[in-house]
Amino acid sequence: MNWRQPHTGGMVMLLAVMAVLPLFLDNSFQYEIAIKVALNAAVCVGLNLLIGYTGQISLGHAGFFALGAYSSAILTDRYGLPPMAAMLTGALGVGLLSFIIARPILKLKGHYLAMGTLGMGVIISIVLNQEADFTGGPDGMSVAALTIFGWEPVTEFQWYWIAVGFLALCVWLSLNLINSPVGRALRAVHGSEIAARTMGIDTTHYKVLVFVVSAVMACLAGSLFAHYNGYITPSKADFFYSIELVTMVVLGGMASTFGAVIGAVVLTVVPQVLTVFENYEMMVFGGVLMGMIIFMHKGLLPTLSEFIGKRFHEPDKR
Amino acid sequence: MSLISVEHLTKSFGGIVAVNELDLTIEPGGIVSIIGPNGAGKTTLFNLLSGIYQPTAGRIFFADEDVTDLSCHELAGIGLSRTFQNVQSFMNMSALENVMVGCHLHSNQRFIDTLLQLPSIKKSNRECRDTAIELMTYVGLKDYISAPADRLPYGALKRLEIARALATRPRVLLLDEPAAGLNPRETQEIDDLIRDIAKQGTTVMLVEHDMKLVMGISDRIIVIDHGQWLAEGTAEEIRHNPDVIAAYLGEQGRNR
Ligand SMILES: Nc1ncnc2c1ncn2[C@@H]1O[C@H](COP(=O)(O)OP(=O)(O)OP(=O)(O)O)[C@@H](O)[C@H]1O
Ligand SMILES: [Mg+2]
Repeated sequence: MNWRQPHTGGMVMLLAVMAVLPLFLDNSFQYEIAIKVALNAAVCVGLNLLIGYTGQISLGHAGFFALGAYSSAILTDRYGLPPMAAMLTGALGVGLLSFIIARPILKLKGHYLAMGTLGMGVIISIVLNQEADFTGGPDGMSVAALTIFGWEPVTEFQWYWIAVGFLALCVWLSLNLINSPVGRALRAVHGSEIAARTMGIDTTHYKVLVFVVSAVMACLAGSLFAHYNGYITPSKADFFYSIELVTMVVLGGMASTFGAVIGAVVLTVVPQVLTVFENYEMMVFGGVLMGMIIFMHKGLLPTLSEFIGKRFHEPDKR
Repeated sequence: MSLISVEHLTKSFGGIVAVNELDLTIEPGGIVSIIGPNGAGKTTLFNLLSGIYQPTAGRIFFADEDVTDLSCHELAGIGLSRTFQNVQSFMNMSALENVMVGCHLHSNQRFIDTLLQLPSIKKSNRECRDTAIELMTYVGLKDYISAPADRLPYGALKRLEIARALATRPRVLLLDEPAAGLNPRETQEIDDLIRDIAKQGTTVMLVEHDMKLVMGISDRIIVIDHGQWLAEGTAEEIRHNPDVIAAYLGEQGRNR
Protein backbone atom coordinates (compact mmCIF):
# COMPACT_ATOMS: atom_id res chain seq x y z
CA MET A 1 0.00 0.00 0.00
CA ASN A 2 1.19 3.43 -0.83
CA TRP A 3 0.27 5.65 2.13
CA ARG A 4 1.20 8.84 0.42
CA GLN A 5 -1.50 8.33 -2.17
CA PRO A 6 -4.47 10.52 -1.25
CA HIS A 7 -6.78 7.60 -2.03
CA THR A 8 -5.22 5.23 0.45
CA GLY A 9 -4.91 7.91 3.08
CA GLY A 10 -8.51 8.97 2.62
CA MET A 11 -9.76 5.41 2.79
CA VAL A 12 -7.86 4.78 6.02
CA MET A 13 -9.22 7.98 7.49
CA LEU A 14 -12.76 7.07 6.50
CA LEU A 15 -12.46 3.64 8.12
CA ALA A 16 -10.99 5.22 11.24
CA VAL A 17 -13.90 7.65 11.53
CA MET A 18 -16.35 4.81 11.01
CA ALA A 19 -14.68 2.76 13.73
CA VAL A 20 -14.50 5.58 16.25
CA LEU A 21 -17.90 7.12 15.64
CA PRO A 22 -19.92 4.61 17.73
CA LEU A 23 -18.07 5.89 20.82
CA PHE A 24 -19.87 9.17 20.33
CA LEU A 25 -23.29 7.81 19.46
CA ASP A 26 -25.28 7.21 22.61
CA ASN A 27 -28.90 6.83 21.63
CA SER A 28 -30.85 5.13 18.90
CA PHE A 29 -31.81 8.45 17.32
CA GLN A 30 -28.18 9.27 16.73
CA TYR A 31 -27.55 5.80 15.34
CA GLU A 32 -30.51 6.25 13.04
CA ILE A 33 -29.01 9.46 11.67
CA ALA A 34 -25.62 7.81 11.19
CA ILE A 35 -27.20 4.92 9.29
CA LYS A 36 -29.17 7.27 7.06
CA VAL A 37 -26.04 9.33 6.47
CA ALA A 38 -24.11 6.25 5.39
CA LEU A 39 -26.81 5.08 2.99
CA ASN A 40 -27.26 8.55 1.50
CA ALA A 41 -23.49 8.85 1.19
CA ALA A 42 -23.32 5.55 -0.66
CA VAL A 43 -25.87 6.81 -3.18
CA CYS A 44 -23.93 10.07 -3.51
CA VAL A 45 -20.64 8.27 -4.13
CA GLY A 46 -22.27 6.49 -7.07
CA LEU A 47 -24.05 9.60 -8.28
CA ASN A 48 -20.80 11.54 -8.09
CA LEU A 49 -19.23 9.11 -10.54
CA LEU A 50 -21.95 10.10 -12.96
CA ILE A 51 -22.29 13.81 -12.22
CA GLY A 52 -18.97 14.89 -10.78
CA TYR A 53 -16.57 12.76 -12.75
CA THR A 54 -18.37 12.07 -16.02
CA GLY A 55 -20.31 15.35 -16.15
CA GLN A 56 -23.72 13.78 -16.79
CA ILE A 57 -26.52 15.09 -14.58
CA SER A 58 -29.29 12.89 -13.22
CA LEU A 59 -32.36 14.24 -11.48
CA GLY A 60 -33.92 10.79 -11.24
CA HIS A 61 -31.68 8.67 -9.05
CA ALA A 62 -34.23 8.61 -6.23
CA GLY A 63 -36.15 6.38 -8.61
CA PHE A 64 -33.40 3.74 -8.56
CA PHE A 65 -33.16 3.98 -4.78
CA ALA A 66 -36.90 3.41 -4.51
CA LEU A 67 -36.81 0.56 -7.01
CA GLY A 68 -34.21 -1.15 -4.83
CA ALA A 69 -36.31 -0.59 -1.74
CA TYR A 70 -39.48 -1.88 -3.38
CA SER A 71 -37.89 -4.89 -5.04
CA SER A 72 -36.61 -5.97 -1.63
CA ALA A 73 -40.01 -5.34 -0.08
CA ILE A 74 -42.06 -7.02 -2.81
CA LEU A 75 -39.80 -9.95 -3.61
CA THR A 76 -39.50 -10.98 0.06
CA ASP A 77 -43.16 -10.34 0.85
CA ARG A 78 -44.97 -11.68 -2.22
CA TYR A 79 -42.53 -14.16 -3.63
CA GLY A 80 -40.94 -15.38 -0.46
CA LEU A 81 -37.37 -14.76 -1.64
CA PRO A 82 -34.69 -14.58 1.06
CA PRO A 83 -33.72 -10.90 1.57
CA MET A 84 -30.23 -11.26 0.09
CA ALA A 85 -31.61 -12.97 -3.00
CA ALA A 86 -34.27 -10.28 -3.31
CA MET A 87 -31.62 -7.58 -3.01
CA LEU A 88 -29.46 -9.12 -5.71
CA THR A 89 -32.45 -9.69 -7.98
CA GLY A 90 -33.43 -6.06 -7.51
CA ALA A 91 -29.91 -4.94 -8.31
CA LEU A 92 -29.83 -7.09 -11.43
CA GLY A 93 -33.21 -5.74 -12.51
CA VAL A 94 -32.20 -2.13 -11.94
CA GLY A 95 -28.90 -2.81 -13.67
CA LEU A 96 -30.77 -4.07 -16.70
CA LEU A 97 -33.36 -1.29 -16.61
CA SER A 98 -30.72 1.44 -16.28
CA PHE A 99 -28.73 -0.19 -19.08
CA ILE A 100 -31.74 -0.03 -21.38
CA ILE A 101 -32.63 3.54 -20.40
CA ALA A 102 -29.04 4.79 -20.48
CA ARG A 103 -28.36 4.65 -24.20
CA PRO A 104 -31.24 6.86 -25.38
CA ILE A 105 -31.25 9.14 -22.34
CA LEU A 106 -27.50 9.83 -22.33
CA LYS A 107 -27.69 10.97 -25.94
CA LEU A 108 -29.24 14.06 -24.39
CA LYS A 109 -27.03 16.82 -23.10
CA GLY A 110 -27.25 19.57 -20.50
CA HIS A 111 -30.77 20.73 -19.73
CA TYR A 112 -32.29 18.01 -21.88
CA LEU A 113 -30.51 15.30 -19.95
CA ALA A 114 -31.73 16.89 -16.71
CA MET A 115 -35.29 16.87 -18.04
CA GLY A 116 -34.98 13.32 -19.35
CA THR A 117 -33.71 11.87 -16.08
CA LEU A 118 -36.26 13.93 -14.17
CA GLY A 119 -38.99 12.39 -16.31
CA MET A 120 -37.56 8.94 -15.67
CA GLY A 121 -37.71 9.51 -11.90
CA VAL A 122 -41.24 10.85 -12.11
CA ILE A 123 -42.41 7.82 -14.09
CA ILE A 124 -40.93 5.44 -11.51
CA SER A 125 -42.62 7.43 -8.76
CA ILE A 126 -45.98 7.31 -10.55
CA VAL A 127 -45.72 3.58 -11.13
CA LEU A 128 -44.93 2.96 -7.45
CA ASN A 129 -47.90 5.10 -6.45
CA GLN A 130 -50.31 3.56 -8.92
CA GLU A 131 -49.50 -0.14 -8.76
CA ALA A 132 -51.15 -0.33 -5.34
CA ASP A 133 -51.73 -4.08 -5.61
CA PHE A 134 -48.00 -4.59 -5.52
CA THR A 135 -46.67 -1.58 -3.70
CA GLY A 136 -49.46 -0.63 -1.36
CA GLY A 137 -49.79 2.65 -3.26
CA PRO A 138 -49.12 5.96 -1.52
CA ASP A 139 -49.56 4.31 1.89
CA GLY A 140 -46.48 2.22 1.29
CA MET A 141 -45.77 -1.26 2.56
CA SER A 142 -43.89 -2.94 5.36
CA VAL A 143 -40.64 -4.74 4.68
CA ALA A 144 -39.42 -8.01 6.15
CA ALA A 145 -36.35 -8.03 8.37
CA LEU A 146 -32.97 -8.48 6.75
CA THR A 147 -31.24 -11.82 7.18
CA ILE A 148 -27.71 -12.40 5.98
CA PHE A 149 -27.08 -16.13 5.74
CA GLY A 150 -29.43 -16.75 8.63
CA TRP A 151 -28.12 -13.93 10.79
CA GLU A 152 -30.59 -11.15 11.51
CA PRO A 153 -29.31 -7.75 12.53
CA VAL A 154 -31.51 -6.32 15.23
CA THR A 155 -29.61 -3.66 17.14
CA GLU A 156 -28.85 -0.20 15.81
CA PHE A 157 -25.20 -0.97 16.36
CA GLN A 158 -25.35 -3.95 14.00
CA TRP A 159 -27.21 -1.92 11.42
CA TYR A 160 -24.64 0.81 11.76
CA TRP A 161 -21.93 -1.62 10.67
CA ILE A 162 -23.96 -2.88 7.76
CA ALA A 163 -24.56 0.67 6.52
CA VAL A 164 -21.02 1.96 6.96
CA GLY A 165 -19.64 -1.31 5.61
CA PHE A 166 -21.69 -0.83 2.48
CA LEU A 167 -20.53 2.78 2.25
CA ALA A 168 -16.90 1.75 2.65
CA LEU A 169 -17.35 -0.78 -0.15
CA CYS A 170 -18.87 1.85 -2.44
CA VAL A 171 -16.06 4.31 -1.67
CA TRP A 172 -13.44 1.65 -2.30
CA LEU A 173 -14.99 0.66 -5.63
CA SER A 174 -15.35 4.29 -6.63
CA LEU A 175 -11.72 5.07 -5.82
CA ASN A 176 -10.60 2.02 -7.77
CA LEU A 177 -12.72 3.04 -10.70
CA ILE A 178 -11.45 6.61 -10.79
CA ASN A 179 -7.81 5.71 -10.38
CA SER A 180 -7.65 3.66 -13.58
CA PRO A 181 -7.74 4.01 -17.35
CA VAL A 182 -11.53 3.67 -17.20
CA GLY A 183 -11.72 6.45 -14.61
CA ARG A 184 -9.62 8.76 -16.75
CA ALA A 185 -11.87 7.95 -19.70
CA LEU A 186 -14.89 9.01 -17.62
CA ARG A 187 -13.24 12.29 -16.65
CA ALA A 188 -12.20 12.84 -20.25
CA VAL A 189 -15.86 12.60 -21.27
CA HIS A 190 -16.51 15.42 -18.81
CA GLY A 191 -13.60 17.50 -20.11
CA SER A 192 -14.31 17.22 -23.82
CA GLU A 193 -16.41 14.49 -25.30
CA ILE A 194 -15.06 15.11 -28.81
CA ALA A 195 -11.45 14.93 -27.70
CA ALA A 196 -12.20 11.81 -25.66
CA ARG A 197 -13.56 10.10 -28.74
CA THR A 198 -10.52 10.99 -30.80
CA MET A 199 -8.41 9.36 -28.07
CA GLY A 200 -10.17 6.09 -28.85
CA ILE A 201 -12.67 6.28 -26.00
CA ASP A 202 -16.10 4.90 -26.79
CA THR A 203 -17.87 7.66 -24.90
CA THR A 204 -21.35 6.16 -25.21
CA HIS A 205 -20.12 2.90 -23.70
CA TYR A 206 -18.57 4.67 -20.72
CA LYS A 207 -21.55 6.91 -20.11
CA VAL A 208 -23.80 3.86 -20.07
CA LEU A 209 -21.39 2.03 -17.80
CA VAL A 210 -21.23 4.76 -15.19
CA PHE A 211 -24.99 5.30 -15.33
CA VAL A 212 -25.54 1.61 -14.57
CA VAL A 213 -22.96 1.60 -11.76
CA SER A 214 -24.54 4.62 -10.09
CA ALA A 215 -28.04 3.19 -10.51
CA VAL A 216 -27.04 -0.13 -8.95
CA MET A 217 -25.36 1.58 -6.00
CA ALA A 218 -28.52 3.63 -5.40
CA CYS A 219 -30.62 0.49 -5.75
CA LEU A 220 -28.60 -1.48 -3.19
CA ALA A 221 -28.69 1.43 -0.76
CA GLY A 222 -32.46 1.52 -1.25
CA SER A 223 -32.75 -2.19 -0.44
CA LEU A 224 -30.75 -1.77 2.75
CA PHE A 225 -32.78 1.26 3.71
CA ALA A 226 -36.04 -0.63 3.21
CA HIS A 227 -34.96 -3.49 5.47
CA TYR A 228 -33.56 -1.15 8.08
CA ASN A 229 -36.61 1.09 8.12
CA GLY A 230 -39.04 -1.82 8.00
CA TYR A 231 -41.40 0.32 6.02
CA ILE A 232 -41.28 2.01 2.65
CA THR A 233 -43.41 4.62 0.90
CA PRO A 234 -43.17 6.02 -2.64
CA SER A 235 -41.92 9.31 -1.17
CA LYS A 236 -38.40 7.86 -1.51
CA ALA A 237 -38.86 8.03 -5.28
CA ASP A 238 -39.76 11.70 -5.02
CA PHE A 239 -38.22 14.30 -7.25
CA PHE A 240 -37.28 16.14 -4.07
CA TYR A 241 -35.12 13.27 -2.85
CA SER A 242 -33.31 13.28 -6.21
CA ILE A 243 -32.62 16.98 -5.75
CA GLU A 244 -31.35 16.35 -2.21
CA LEU A 245 -28.90 13.79 -3.56
CA VAL A 246 -27.64 16.12 -6.28
CA THR A 247 -27.26 18.92 -3.72
CA MET A 248 -25.17 16.64 -1.50
CA VAL A 249 -22.87 15.83 -4.41
CA VAL A 250 -22.54 19.48 -5.39
CA LEU A 251 -21.98 20.66 -1.82
CA GLY A 252 -19.31 18.10 -0.98
CA GLY A 253 -17.46 18.48 -4.22
CA MET A 254 -17.99 17.40 -7.75
CA ALA A 255 -15.42 14.86 -8.81
CA SER A 256 -14.37 14.08 -5.26
CA THR A 257 -15.44 10.77 -3.74
CA PHE A 258 -14.81 11.86 -0.17
CA GLY A 259 -16.44 15.18 -0.97
CA ALA A 260 -19.64 13.34 -1.85
CA VAL A 261 -19.50 11.60 1.52
CA ILE A 262 -19.03 14.92 3.31
CA GLY A 263 -21.91 16.48 1.36
CA ALA A 264 -24.15 13.62 2.43
CA VAL A 265 -23.05 13.97 6.05
CA VAL A 266 -23.73 17.69 6.19
CA LEU A 267 -27.05 17.68 4.40
CA THR A 268 -28.40 14.62 6.21
CA VAL A 269 -27.33 15.67 9.68
CA VAL A 270 -28.13 19.37 9.57
CA PRO A 271 -31.87 19.06 8.83
CA GLN A 272 -32.20 16.33 11.48
CA VAL A 273 -30.46 18.28 14.19
CA LEU A 274 -31.89 21.69 13.43
CA THR A 275 -35.54 20.76 13.39
CA VAL A 276 -36.41 24.41 12.79
CA PHE A 277 -35.53 23.69 9.20
CA GLU A 278 -38.28 21.16 8.85
CA ASN A 279 -40.68 23.42 7.04
CA TYR A 280 -38.00 25.13 5.06
CA GLU A 281 -36.00 22.08 4.05
CA MET A 282 -36.66 22.55 0.36
CA MET A 283 -35.66 26.20 0.57
CA VAL A 284 -32.46 25.39 2.42
CA PHE A 285 -31.47 22.80 -0.17
CA GLY A 286 -32.28 25.21 -2.98
CA GLY A 287 -30.24 27.91 -1.28
CA VAL A 288 -27.28 25.61 -0.73
CA LEU A 289 -27.36 24.47 -4.34
CA MET A 290 -27.47 28.01 -5.69
CA GLY A 291 -24.83 29.26 -3.28
CA MET A 292 -22.44 26.46 -4.12
CA ILE A 293 -22.84 26.87 -7.84
CA ILE A 294 -22.28 30.61 -7.66
CA PHE A 295 -19.53 30.88 -5.03
CA MET A 296 -17.78 27.55 -4.77
CA HIS A 297 -18.61 25.52 -7.80
CA LYS A 298 -15.94 22.93 -7.12
CA GLY A 299 -17.58 22.05 -3.81
CA LEU A 300 -16.41 22.04 -0.19
CA LEU A 301 -13.67 19.42 -0.18
CA PRO A 302 -11.86 20.32 -3.42
CA THR A 303 -12.00 24.02 -2.56
CA LEU A 304 -10.65 23.38 0.93
CA SER A 305 -7.89 21.06 -0.18
CA GLU A 306 -6.89 23.48 -2.91
CA PHE A 307 -6.78 26.26 -0.31
CA ILE A 308 -4.74 24.15 2.09
CA GLY A 309 -2.53 22.96 -0.76
CA LYS A 310 -1.81 26.54 -1.76
CA ARG A 311 -1.06 27.61 1.80
CA PHE A 312 1.20 24.73 2.74
CA HIS A 313 2.51 22.92 -0.27
CA GLU A 314 3.39 25.58 -2.80
CA PRO A 315 5.23 28.30 -0.94
CA ASP A 316 7.48 28.87 -3.96
CA LYS A 317 5.31 30.43 -6.60
CA ARG A 318 6.83 29.69 -9.97
CA MET B 1 -0.48 1.73 -51.15
CA SER B 2 -1.92 5.05 -50.18
CA LEU B 3 -2.38 5.76 -46.50
CA ILE B 4 -5.46 7.91 -46.77
CA SER B 5 -7.58 8.55 -49.80
CA VAL B 6 -10.97 10.16 -50.18
CA GLU B 7 -13.29 9.92 -53.15
CA HIS B 8 -15.93 12.49 -54.03
CA LEU B 9 -16.02 13.50 -50.38
CA THR B 10 -18.82 15.96 -49.69
CA LYS B 11 -20.14 17.55 -46.54
CA SER B 12 -22.88 20.11 -46.53
CA PHE B 13 -24.44 21.99 -43.66
CA GLY B 14 -27.86 23.02 -44.82
CA GLY B 15 -27.09 25.22 -47.79
CA ILE B 16 -23.34 25.50 -47.20
CA VAL B 17 -21.21 22.90 -48.96
CA ALA B 18 -18.10 22.93 -46.78
CA VAL B 19 -16.36 20.08 -48.59
CA ASN B 20 -17.37 19.58 -52.18
CA GLU B 21 -16.62 16.45 -54.25
CA LEU B 22 -13.09 16.27 -52.93
CA ASP B 23 -10.62 13.64 -54.16
CA LEU B 24 -7.32 13.27 -52.31
CA THR B 25 -4.59 10.72 -51.90
CA ILE B 26 -2.08 10.88 -49.07
CA GLU B 27 0.98 8.65 -49.33
CA PRO B 28 2.53 7.30 -46.14
CA GLY B 29 5.44 9.17 -44.60
CA GLY B 30 6.37 12.80 -44.50
CA ILE B 31 4.40 15.96 -43.96
CA VAL B 32 1.45 16.92 -46.13
CA SER B 33 -0.07 20.33 -45.64
CA ILE B 34 -3.62 21.27 -46.47
CA ILE B 35 -3.92 24.98 -47.07
CA GLY B 36 -6.62 27.28 -48.28
CA PRO B 37 -8.30 30.56 -47.38
CA ASN B 38 -10.52 30.92 -44.29
CA GLY B 39 -13.64 28.82 -44.63
CA ALA B 40 -12.11 26.66 -47.36
CA GLY B 41 -13.21 23.53 -45.54
CA LYS B 42 -9.92 22.39 -43.99
CA THR B 43 -11.26 21.78 -40.50
CA THR B 44 -14.35 20.13 -41.95
CA LEU B 45 -12.08 17.79 -43.91
CA PHE B 46 -10.24 16.86 -40.69
CA ASN B 47 -13.56 16.33 -38.92
CA LEU B 48 -14.61 13.99 -41.70
CA LEU B 49 -11.30 12.09 -41.70
CA SER B 50 -11.38 11.65 -37.93
CA GLY B 51 -15.00 10.53 -37.88
CA ILE B 52 -16.43 13.50 -36.01
CA TYR B 53 -18.67 14.24 -38.98
CA GLN B 54 -20.33 11.70 -41.24
CA PRO B 55 -19.92 12.70 -44.89
CA THR B 56 -22.97 13.71 -46.88
CA ALA B 57 -21.52 11.74 -49.79
CA GLY B 58 -18.26 10.09 -50.80
CA ARG B 59 -15.95 7.51 -49.27
CA ILE B 60 -12.87 7.59 -47.07
CA PHE B 61 -10.16 4.92 -47.23
CA PHE B 62 -7.46 4.26 -44.67
CA ALA B 63 -4.69 1.93 -45.80
CA ASP B 64 -6.98 0.93 -48.70
CA GLU B 65 -9.79 -0.05 -46.37
CA ASP B 66 -13.13 1.70 -46.48
CA VAL B 67 -13.46 3.45 -43.11
CA THR B 68 -16.27 5.84 -44.04
CA ASP B 69 -18.69 4.33 -41.55
CA LEU B 70 -16.29 3.91 -38.66
CA SER B 71 -16.87 6.06 -35.63
CA CYS B 72 -14.36 8.41 -34.13
CA HIS B 73 -13.01 6.06 -31.47
CA GLU B 74 -12.69 3.21 -33.94
CA LEU B 75 -10.62 5.40 -36.24
CA ALA B 76 -8.38 6.25 -33.30
CA GLY B 77 -8.05 2.52 -32.78
CA ILE B 78 -6.66 1.95 -36.26
CA GLY B 79 -4.11 4.71 -35.96
CA LEU B 80 -5.60 8.10 -36.69
CA SER B 81 -5.18 10.90 -34.20
CA ARG B 82 -5.54 14.65 -34.24
CA THR B 83 -5.38 17.98 -32.48
CA PHE B 84 -7.98 20.72 -32.59
CA GLN B 85 -7.98 24.23 -33.97
CA ASN B 86 -9.76 25.47 -30.83
CA VAL B 87 -7.99 23.50 -28.14
CA GLN B 88 -10.04 20.68 -26.62
CA SER B 89 -7.99 19.90 -23.54
CA PHE B 90 -9.51 18.10 -20.56
CA MET B 91 -9.53 21.13 -18.27
CA ASN B 92 -10.84 19.05 -15.36
CA MET B 93 -7.62 17.04 -15.26
CA SER B 94 -3.93 17.62 -14.74
CA ALA B 95 -1.71 18.15 -17.78
CA LEU B 96 -0.14 14.75 -17.24
CA GLU B 97 -3.54 13.04 -16.98
CA ASN B 98 -4.51 14.65 -20.29
CA VAL B 99 -1.70 12.77 -21.95
CA MET B 100 -2.46 9.62 -19.94
CA VAL B 101 -5.94 9.63 -21.48
CA GLY B 102 -4.20 9.32 -24.82
CA CYS B 103 -2.82 5.97 -23.64
CA HIS B 104 -6.35 4.64 -23.20
CA LEU B 105 -6.22 2.30 -26.18
CA HIS B 106 -3.07 0.64 -24.93
CA SER B 107 -4.14 0.13 -21.34
CA ASN B 108 -6.29 -2.32 -19.43
CA GLN B 109 -9.91 -1.19 -19.70
CA ARG B 110 -11.57 -4.30 -18.28
CA PHE B 111 -14.30 -3.34 -15.86
CA ILE B 112 -13.89 -6.08 -13.26
CA ASP B 113 -10.11 -5.61 -13.16
CA THR B 114 -10.77 -1.91 -12.67
CA LEU B 115 -13.29 -2.29 -9.85
CA LEU B 116 -10.95 -4.57 -7.94
CA GLN B 117 -7.86 -2.54 -8.89
CA LEU B 118 -6.01 -5.69 -9.89
CA PRO B 119 -2.23 -5.50 -10.35
CA SER B 120 -2.74 -5.25 -14.12
CA ILE B 121 -4.56 -1.95 -13.59
CA LYS B 122 -1.77 -0.61 -11.41
CA LYS B 123 0.68 -1.69 -14.09
CA SER B 124 -1.41 0.10 -16.73
CA ASN B 125 -1.49 3.23 -14.57
CA ARG B 126 2.28 3.12 -14.17
CA GLU B 127 2.87 2.57 -17.87
CA CYS B 128 0.50 5.37 -18.85
CA ARG B 129 2.20 7.69 -16.42
CA ASP B 130 5.67 6.84 -17.71
CA THR B 131 4.61 7.23 -21.34
CA ALA B 132 2.91 10.53 -20.55
CA ILE B 133 5.94 11.92 -18.74
CA GLU B 134 8.13 10.87 -21.63
CA LEU B 135 5.82 12.49 -24.19
CA MET B 136 5.45 15.70 -22.21
CA THR B 137 9.20 15.92 -22.02
CA TYR B 138 9.41 15.20 -25.75
CA VAL B 139 7.07 18.07 -26.68
CA GLY B 140 8.83 20.41 -24.26
CA LEU B 141 6.33 20.52 -21.41
CA LYS B 142 8.58 19.11 -18.69
CA ASP B 143 7.83 22.06 -16.41
CA TYR B 144 4.09 21.45 -16.50
CA ILE B 145 4.03 17.78 -15.63
CA SER B 146 2.32 18.28 -12.28
CA ALA B 147 0.24 21.32 -13.29
CA PRO B 148 -3.53 21.26 -13.72
CA ALA B 149 -4.41 21.66 -17.40
CA ASP B 150 -6.33 24.87 -16.77
CA ARG B 151 -3.14 26.58 -15.56
CA LEU B 152 -1.31 26.03 -18.86
CA PRO B 153 -0.80 28.97 -21.20
CA TYR B 154 -2.28 28.69 -24.68
CA GLY B 155 0.95 27.70 -26.40
CA ALA B 156 1.53 24.91 -23.91
CA LEU B 157 -2.01 23.60 -24.42
CA LYS B 158 -1.30 23.26 -28.14
CA ARG B 159 1.71 21.08 -27.37
CA LEU B 160 -0.24 19.18 -24.75
CA GLU B 161 -2.70 18.20 -27.46
CA ILE B 162 0.14 16.98 -29.63
CA ALA B 163 1.54 14.90 -26.76
CA ARG B 164 -1.93 13.51 -26.05
CA ALA B 165 -2.43 12.60 -29.70
CA LEU B 166 0.99 10.93 -29.87
CA ALA B 167 0.09 8.82 -26.85
CA THR B 168 -2.44 6.97 -28.99
CA ARG B 169 0.55 5.87 -31.17
CA PRO B 170 -0.99 7.14 -34.40
CA ARG B 171 0.05 6.23 -37.93
CA VAL B 172 -1.37 9.54 -39.11
CA LEU B 173 -1.45 12.69 -37.05
CA LEU B 174 -3.78 15.50 -38.14
CA LEU B 175 -2.67 18.86 -36.81
CA ASP B 176 -5.20 21.68 -37.16
CA GLU B 177 -3.37 25.00 -36.93
CA PRO B 178 -0.79 24.01 -34.33
CA ALA B 179 1.02 27.35 -34.65
CA ALA B 180 -1.99 29.66 -34.49
CA GLY B 181 -1.57 32.21 -31.72
CA LEU B 182 2.08 31.32 -31.09
CA ASN B 183 4.94 33.79 -31.11
CA PRO B 184 7.83 33.30 -33.59
CA ARG B 185 10.01 31.44 -31.11
CA GLU B 186 7.20 29.06 -30.16
CA THR B 187 6.40 28.60 -33.84
CA GLN B 188 9.99 27.59 -34.52
CA GLU B 189 9.81 25.04 -31.69
CA ILE B 190 6.57 23.60 -33.09
CA ASP B 191 8.22 23.48 -36.50
CA ASP B 192 11.09 21.40 -35.11
CA LEU B 193 8.68 19.20 -33.21
CA ILE B 194 6.54 18.42 -36.27
CA ARG B 195 9.63 17.60 -38.32
CA ASP B 196 10.80 15.23 -35.62
CA ILE B 197 7.41 13.52 -35.37
CA ALA B 198 7.47 12.89 -39.10
CA LYS B 199 11.05 11.66 -38.87
CA GLN B 200 9.97 9.10 -36.25
CA GLY B 201 7.67 7.60 -38.89
CA THR B 202 4.28 9.17 -38.22
CA THR B 203 2.65 10.69 -41.28
CA VAL B 204 1.64 14.25 -40.51
CA MET B 205 -1.24 16.12 -42.12
CA LEU B 206 -0.97 19.76 -41.32
CA VAL B 207 -3.47 22.58 -41.63
CA GLU B 208 -1.77 25.89 -41.03
CA HIS B 209 -2.06 29.52 -42.08
CA ASP B 210 1.57 30.39 -41.28
CA MET B 211 2.93 30.18 -44.84
CA LYS B 212 6.55 30.39 -43.78
CA LEU B 213 6.04 27.29 -41.65
CA VAL B 214 4.04 25.47 -44.33
CA MET B 215 6.42 26.22 -47.18
CA GLY B 216 9.45 25.19 -45.16
CA ILE B 217 8.17 22.01 -43.64
CA SER B 218 5.88 20.34 -46.19
CA ASP B 219 6.84 17.50 -48.47
CA ARG B 220 3.62 18.10 -50.36
CA ILE B 221 0.98 20.77 -50.22
CA ILE B 222 -2.65 20.42 -51.17
CA VAL B 223 -4.66 23.57 -51.71
CA ILE B 224 -8.41 23.60 -51.33
CA ASP B 225 -10.83 26.44 -51.84
CA HIS B 226 -14.58 26.50 -51.33
CA GLY B 227 -14.35 22.86 -50.34
CA GLN B 228 -12.83 21.89 -53.67
CA TRP B 229 -9.42 20.67 -54.73
CA LEU B 230 -7.48 23.56 -56.23
CA ALA B 231 -3.87 22.49 -56.57
CA GLU B 232 -1.29 20.05 -55.31
CA GLY B 233 2.49 19.99 -55.41
CA THR B 234 5.72 20.89 -53.70
CA ALA B 235 6.14 24.23 -51.95
CA GLU B 236 7.88 25.62 -54.99
CA GLU B 237 5.10 24.53 -57.36
CA ILE B 238 2.36 25.86 -55.09
CA ARG B 239 4.08 29.20 -54.58
CA HIS B 240 3.98 29.87 -58.31
CA ASN B 241 0.60 28.35 -59.10
CA PRO B 242 -1.61 31.11 -60.59
CA ASP B 243 -4.85 29.52 -59.29
CA VAL B 244 -3.48 29.49 -55.76
CA ILE B 245 -2.32 33.06 -56.01
CA ALA B 246 -5.73 34.07 -57.31
CA ALA B 247 -7.51 32.27 -54.48
CA TYR B 248 -5.40 33.98 -51.83
CA LEU B 249 -5.50 37.36 -53.53
CA GLY B 250 -9.23 36.94 -53.85
CA GLU B 251 -9.37 36.45 -50.15
CA GLN B 252 -7.30 39.54 -49.49
CA GLY B 253 -9.57 41.43 -51.84
CA ARG B 254 -12.57 40.29 -49.78
CA ASN B 255 -10.90 41.30 -46.55
CA ARG B 256 -10.18 44.75 -47.77
N1 LIG C 1 -20.82 22.64 -37.92
C1 LIG C 1 -21.03 23.51 -38.93
N2 LIG C 1 -22.27 23.97 -39.20
C2 LIG C 1 -22.48 24.83 -40.21
N3 LIG C 1 -21.52 25.31 -41.02
C3 LIG C 1 -20.25 24.90 -40.80
C4 LIG C 1 -19.94 23.98 -39.74
N4 LIG C 1 -18.61 23.74 -39.77
C5 LIG C 1 -18.12 24.47 -40.77
N5 LIG C 1 -19.09 25.17 -41.40
C6 LIG C 1 -18.92 26.05 -42.56
O1 LIG C 1 -18.20 25.33 -43.53
C7 LIG C 1 -17.24 26.16 -44.16
C8 LIG C 1 -15.87 25.57 -43.98
O2 LIG C 1 -15.48 25.68 -42.61
P1 LIG C 1 -14.14 25.12 -42.04
O3 LIG C 1 -14.15 25.36 -40.58
O4 LIG C 1 -13.94 23.74 -42.49
O5 LIG C 1 -13.07 26.06 -42.73
P2 LIG C 1 -11.51 26.16 -42.51
O6 LIG C 1 -10.89 25.95 -43.84
O7 LIG C 1 -11.07 25.30 -41.41
O8 LIG C 1 -11.34 27.69 -42.13
P3 LIG C 1 -10.32 28.38 -41.11
O9 LIG C 1 -9.05 28.53 -41.87
O10 LIG C 1 -10.93 29.69 -40.83
O11 LIG C 1 -10.20 27.52 -39.93
C9 LIG C 1 -17.40 27.54 -43.55
O12 LIG C 1 -18.23 28.29 -44.40
C10 LIG C 1 -18.11 27.27 -42.24
O13 LIG C 1 -18.91 28.36 -41.88
MG1 LIG D 1 -10.27 25.54 -39.56
